[in-house]
Amino acid sequence: MSKISNSSRVIVCDGNEAAALGVGLARPDVVAVYPITPQSSLVEYVSQMIADGRLQAELMNVEGEHSVMSALQGAALAGGRTYTATSGPGLAFMFEPYIRAPGLRLPMVASLVTRDLLTPQCVWGGQQDAMSVREAGWIQIYCETVQEVLDTIVMAYKIAEHHDVMLPVNVCHDGNYLSYGVSRVELPDQAEVDAFLGPRDVNWHVALDPARPMAVDPLTGGAGGGGPAMFVKYRKGLCNGMQNALRVISEVHAEWGERFGRFHAPLVEEYSLDGADYALVTIGSMTGAAKDAVDAAREAGEKVGLIKVKTFRPFPVEALSAAFAKVKAVGIVDRAVSFGWNSGPVYQESLGALYRTGRHIPAISFIGGLAGADITAEHFARIIETTAKAVTGAVPDGPVWVNENDQ
Amino acid sequence: MYEIRLHGRGGQGAVLASNMLAQALVEEGKYAVAIPSFGFERRGAPVAAFLRCDDREIRSMTNIYNPDCIICIDPTVSRAVDIFAGMKEGGTLVQTTKRPLEELTLPRSLARVGLCDAVSIALDIFKRPITNSIMLGAFARTTGMVSLTGLKNAIEAADFRDAGLKQNLAAVERGYEETMVYDLRRKAAVNAASVA
Repeated sequence: MSKISNSSRVIVCDGNEAAALGVGLARPDVVAVYPITPQSSLVEYVSQMIADGRLQAELMNVEGEHSVMSALQGAALAGGRTYTATSGPGLAFMFEPYIRAPGLRLPMVASLVTRDLLTPQCVWGGQQDAMSVREAGWIQIYCETVQEVLDTIVMAYKIAEHHDVMLPVNVCHDGNYLSYGVSRVELPDQAEVDAFLGPRDVNWHVALDPARPMAVDPLTGGAGGGGPAMFVKYRKGLCNGMQNALRVISEVHAEWGERFGRFHAPLVEEYSLDGADYALVTIGSMTGAAKDAVDAAREAGEKVGLIKVKTFRPFPVEALSAAFAKVKAVGIVDRAVSFGWNSGPVYQESLGALYRTGRHIPAISFIGGLAGADITAEHFARIIETTAKAVTGAVPDGPVWVNENDQ
Repeated sequence: MYEIRLHGRGGQGAVLASNMLAQALVEEGKYAVAIPSFGFERRGAPVAAFLRCDDREIRSMTNIYNPDCIICIDPTVSRAVDIFAGMKEGGTLVQTTKRPLEELTLPRSLARVGLCDAVSIALDIFKRPITNSIMLGAFARTTGMVSLTGLKNAIEAADFRDAGLKQNLAAVERGYEETMVYDLRRKAAVNAASVA
């Protein structure tokens, strides 16, 4: 069991409430919301905290997600710490201002309570929404447990606001299994979180101030002249911030561990990889059942381990390559689809990390948990069986659809 | 690991019951995870909720397919769904019903049954058939896995308003007091002995 900070309190709550409690501890100045399943209870919890005076923040209950993100960008440009949360179609409606936040280098934090995308009509969990915006320039961190949701929300502010990063962060937690999944959670003490986050320094590079007028985000580009070079400068700056984030995310997680006794793997978690011939790769809340299945398979003599991806943007190429170097085959389990590649997105991107290792080991794409489907320990047992065969070269042609034959 | 599946109908509070039970178990030093099933949210439609309990951290965030215990908080939902699906051998049933044990059709694998006329108690206390808190009391009485005091603390921690809080505290207590517990294995053993 992890060391409990003396002043932390044990509570029982679901992932949406855990996220809201994390938000409360981070003390944002402005929260803008529009409810959508499975995020709704999260913004209700935050609204209640503001109504009760437990969180001193401005609450903007606006007419849609496009306005949510637009309003928060104004708040962030004025130097405010901000928060919102959305899901699936809400994220789609938010997209236009959403893609502007990284280029403006605004250190915002927004939860994505991940939901499968339409169509067919679906209100249930899946990571298709978050995965569909993986090239928007937001940092994306995926949580495994309810506790990790709370802890990561607070850490996200420290990551986003770090001067070497200055990028918005999406803290992703799985709709259904984490949003409504209830568990034991340690709630850190406010004073300790204040000390962890340090003096407020949200937005130093561009701050709207009537006494000091400035233009933000003028047209930049066009052929000829210095425009394109300036555009490149901004693009490179964003890429650099992303790469710096790999270091900062690791540092912030280490500091969190030192202070609160919970050491969450920042980029990639290696589980039971010692002596493993092959490994599963997982992301999000599916990982717990996968670890149970790995333990059971180990007891039965299977040399299987697990690699969990926590940070997906920036993509943890080095950490993942280092993990891949230890095994002879991988089975990569996605909760989303890359339509163009006929595989899962984590699978497709992992191939890039594998290329870095210089070893072309067999890799299988598994796609499961779509539209709220459960990926059980039994599903993972079959995934382990299939991946074991890949060690000797038996790789299925195309992705394995984990829940295809569920009754 | 002890796995519980709650069956009920939309509006009876099965999900809230599983959350309050998780709260009570954690308060008594256990680890617990509760997950609601995700169907179409309609009042009256069959719903389920899942709860795992253990002495160590629980990692699996999945539904439950092979429960040790079924808590059924509705008297008729078993006509719509197979509440015993996948149940482990030697399991426990906590059922709301007016009927005596002899009139119930139960799987032979059950080891223990707790019966409580929760609908009548609910109509008495709430004037509506909301059976969740009552059946938590029935669960505590049947299994002894959680104390009545622990459940009352969990109810106090939940978001009930003044009158509602009082009613739910009364409900859990009456559920505890008015549950009949039957040890079927012992009875089976006694029968076998008398035949011999």
